[in-house]
Amino acid sequence: MAQPTTSETHAPEATKSIPELKQIATQVRRDIVRMVHAVNSGHPGGSLGCTELLVSLYFKVMQHTPEPFDMDGIGQDMFFLSNGHISPVFYSVLARSGYFPVSELATFRKLNSRLQGHPATHEHLPGIRIASGSLGQGLSVATGAAQAKKLNGDKSTVFVLMGDGELEEGQIWEAALYAPHHKVDNLIAFVDRNGQQIDGPTDKIGGLGDLRAKFEAFGWRVLETDGNQFETLLPTIEEAQGLLGQGVPVMVLMDTQMGFGVDFMMGSHKWHGVAPNDEQLATALLQLEVEKASDY
Amino acid sequence: MKDFPYTESKDTRSGFGAGLHELGKTNPNVVALCADLIGSLKMDAFVKDFPQRFFQVGIAEANMMGLAAGLTIGGKIPFTGTFANFSTGRVYDQIRQSIAYSGKNVKICASHAGLTLGEDGATHQILEDIGLMKMLPHMCVINPCDYNQTKAATLAIADYEGPVYLRFGRPVVPNFTPADQQFEIGKGVLLNEGADVSIFATGHLVWKAILAGKLLADKGINAEIINIHTIKPLDARMILESARKTRCVVTAEEHQMNGGLGDSIAQLLAREEPLPLEMVAVNDSFGESGTPDQLMEKYGLNEKAIVAAVEKVMARKAK
Repeated sequence: MAQPTTSETHAPEATKSIPELKQIATQVRRDIVRMVHAVNSGHPGGSLGCTELLVSLYFKVMQHTPEPFDMDGIGQDMFFLSNGHISPVFYSVLARSGYFPVSELATFRKLNSRLQGHPATHEHLPGIRIASGSLGQGLSVATGAAQAKKLNGDKSTVFVLMGDGELEEGQIWEAALYAPHHKVDNLIAFVDRNGQQIDGPTDKIGGLGDLRAKFEAFGWRVLETDGNQFETLLPTIEEAQGLLGQGVPVMVLMDTQMGFGVDFMMGSHKWHGVAPNDEQLATALLQLEVEKASDY
Repeated sequence: MKDFPYTESKDTRSGFGAGLHELGKTNPNVVALCADLIGSLKMDAFVKDFPQRFFQVGIAEANMMGLAAGLTIGGKIPFTGTFANFSTGRVYDQIRQSIAYSGKNVKICASHAGLTLGEDGATHQILEDIGLMKMLPHMCVINPCDYNQTKAATLAIADYEGPVYLRFGRPVVPNFTPADQQFEIGKGVLLNEGADVSIFATGHLVWKAILAGKLLADKGINAEIINIHTIKPLDARMILESARKTRCVVTAEEHQMNGGLGDSIAQLLAREEPLPLEMVAVNDSFGESGTPDQLMEKYGLNEKAIVAAVEKVMARKAK
């Protein structure tokens, strides 16, 4: 059961309604397909599948200050993207929540851009706190950042997203063992359980099995939700926030569809790392209609 | 040849432990992580006096590097502790992405480097760590020579902003550098002025170079001996100044030839001042079990090997 939030810092700053969030999500999806189309590379599938989560966090859930960006983020909630290949959704959400100009999305994956193929701090892009892309490292980093918050007496929350295929990396399980043992209870981790990875379905490739049972056995509080519906996702995040401060970290297993929102990309690993061609882009944009499109 | 008196021999890892404990008292942002080797890394005093700032990670070095990177976000200065092998090769990609490329202020502190780890054998005797770490852009690489210098280096790296690899070892060696030394990252230390050959040594080989200098003096050879405790950034100015004077160079280190100090100096000389160079280092080989002294003898990392290298390089010197 959801508990009352442990402090005001968890109270959402923005009061966006679900219809408003849906409009933002559609605009973000337009950015994603246009970004990867423009450079004929990048990862649209996972980006489209995780759009509701990132929009929820940056436009409703997290207390954060986009400008000026502060790496240490004292007093701010912070998000880490472990599966860095879904950078298009991360960049779009960062830009549209005010970390950097939306026009900069046009530089994605191009020479001399701050928007590297995978997220990096090296070019000082506001909103990015760690490089990611080589998989399996984000849960450790987020756990360290959460422990730094505890040392600082900082009551804000650390969020991290991992892919489900990414859970095949051993380091994830080192961190999964560590965080409950060290009572890192200011941490909410998400798994993008879309069931797909490059070579096919995760069940066939990695045999992830019963993730709830696995993480519970490691000492996590585990919640499950549909990650593509704000109506289910937002209450689950709220429930997760209510579980903070009780000596255990929280893991949200989020069922999503890769490519969600674009019918021909949905549910298939084939759109993991492939960009749409001109015709496919036009089809996708027709499906992603917003009241007032503000494409970059 | 100058004399280098010392009153005691100590292990360099204890210098790290003492430095870390002092940092615990003087710098509230310093935190420490260890992968189940508190005693071996001499971190006991820090753990006892600053338990809130110590994180026992268990045998999970990859996680330790990620945690350290995360702890910097919020202003902490994490010092990680494990053996050199598990501080580098085992976690290379974690260091590369989460620490080096991300520009995180992590201090990777590595004990039991090289052959002098001894009887545990080649699985634990990493001889490639300097090379691995110096190849990473902006990684600072330090290999101090004795207890006092390791303690001073430990204090100094806390004030340096950026990732550092600090390498030290297990055996007891003469503690001859001053207790009150100011450790300057990237600055060589001139130990003995000489005119016939330049010996650039790092880590445990610095003392061996001093022993070699005495043997050479008996043969009428006046060796310039310089301690290069920082492999990266390299003190190019001091190295070139000395080499231009003596016209021949010997390097000495407890590491592979490939990727070590000698490799860095060879690159520098080839670009700036091509001169005869001989390297005292392990030549494309793993180590093995044995006592530290036996191993250093077998793999040619002692004063005799340095003397032989000096004689060889001086014979190659332009007349």
